[in-house]
Amino acid sequence: MVGVLALQGAFAEHERMLAELGQDCVELRDADDLARPFDRLVLPGGESTVQGKLLRELGMLAPLRERIAAGMPTLGTCAGLILLARDVDGGQPCLATMPVRVVRNAYGRQLGSFHARATLSGVGEVPMSFIRAPYVSQVYPGAQVLARVGERVVAVRAGSQLGLAFHPELDGDTRIHELFLSL
Amino acid sequence: MAAGESRDEGRDAKEADARRDGAGRTTREQRAALNRQLAQMLKGGVIMDVTTPEQARVAQDAGACAVMALERIPADIRAAGGVSRMSDPAMIRGIQQAVSIPVMAKCRIGHFVEAQVLQAIDIDFIDESEVLSPADDVFHIDKSRFDVPFVCGARDLGEALRRIAEGASMIRTKGEPGTGDVVQAVSHMRLINQQIRHVVSLRDDELFEEAKRLQVPVELVRRVHDEGRLPVVNFAAGGVATPADAALMMQLGAEGVFVGSGIFKSGDPAKRARAIVGAVTDYDDPERVAALSENLGEAMVGINADEIELLMANRGR
Repeated sequence: MVGVLALQGAFAEHERMLAELGQDCVELRDADDLARPFDRLVLPGGESTVQGKLLRELGMLAPLRERIAAGMPTLGTCAGLILLARDVDGGQPCLATMPVRVVRNAYGRQLGSFHARATLSGVGEVPMSFIRAPYVSQVYPGAQVLARVGERVVAVRAGSQLGLAFHPELDGDTRIHELFLSL
Repeated sequence: MAAGESRDEGRDAKEADARRDGAGRTTREQRAALNRQLAQMLKGGVIMDVTTPEQARVAQDAGACAVMALERIPADIRAAGGVSRMSDPAMIRGIQQAVSIPVMAKCRIGHFVEAQVLQAIDIDFIDESEVLSPADDVFHIDKSRFDVPFVCGARDLGEALRRIAEGASMIRTKGEPGTGDVVQAVSHMRLINQQIRHVVSLRDDELFEEAKRLQVPVELVRRVHDEGRLPVVNFAAGGVATPADAALMMQLGAEGVFVGSGIFKSGDPAKRARAIVGAVTDYDDPERVAALSENLGEAMVGINADEIELLMANRGR
């Protein structure tokens, strides 16, 4: 069972991708939901400031951090990557379980949003939609680069955590979710 | 200069970074998809009207997923009367510098030069809004010619699909802005969803007549028929003043909420803003909405939508 953080943002899109792969999901909206049975976690796109604030207020931050640190497979996309990052330029670290530094709104405002295709290590070439996206500016020991677009690191893995600056839930390609389910 | 030309220059500048990074040029179809997808990222969130950088920071700290920068909130526009226009770009820039969340701004219906100006200052989303005085009483902006996304108001499915055909990336109910009276937003949301259910129930060969009746392209009617929803994200707007109002709109099928006058016309804006954000996240949990509704102080002084002379929702069809 996959727990999908459902505080704000594009969580339904992840649920649709996972349903296509035959996975059941449980929506995590408050601390009580963390007692429901799930052994994988998706942190969706949305506004990282909103999601981070609600995680703290609702008392979900510490229990989720503990479970991610203990090795629960976790997929963070865009805002989700920002929540996972240990250091955040232009924002507050939140879960801080992934040894990377990210830059928020790194490509600028919406006019800087773009679409690309690039190779993701172990998966092949995938479509990538970057929407007011971050990128990874530093990869600390313990994390490995999975993909770059040009010079910028846009996908990383640290243990069983996957962090992506783009949105695999939007472009109809399930391979990244399959990779996540194989962790 | 045609709208298209000025835009391409803007796009070239904005994409220089991405191209340097090997991303290649984003096509018009991809740009339109990215704009609809930005709206998807706002789902489950609250977009708040703000008039100063300080208010913008209050909104961001309270958990707004975006802010709408404008010189006067709808309640004050309503009180002041006269012609209301796009805000001063310097004022909008001040708000862009104050927060890291997306910043939206309003242009008048049909005023494509105000929209060009807003695109030129790198706005994240344009609201072609009936809250301002319409600049054109027939034509809306051809939004498909812009690189920035647009959100437009709608009272029914025909209006929503006409705006989408013109290139809108997001729809919101019109409601009745600046009143604190949620009745119009409720009726618009109910009507749009009733009409969607009706379209879903039709036979394939009945869609042509439905498209004629709604005055929209049949392709869009077919998408609604096949998918059972609008092709873009649909928010509630116009009269939301309390956490319960926000949760009501979510339970009626809104994917997020705009709050205009309801926050900064109330007694304790920061607290009310946090409460409305919480109610949109947990809209299906009455105990939580109850807790969030406690001790919020004065709500905005409402104006009964039946008693006002100017119905903004009648602007732009």
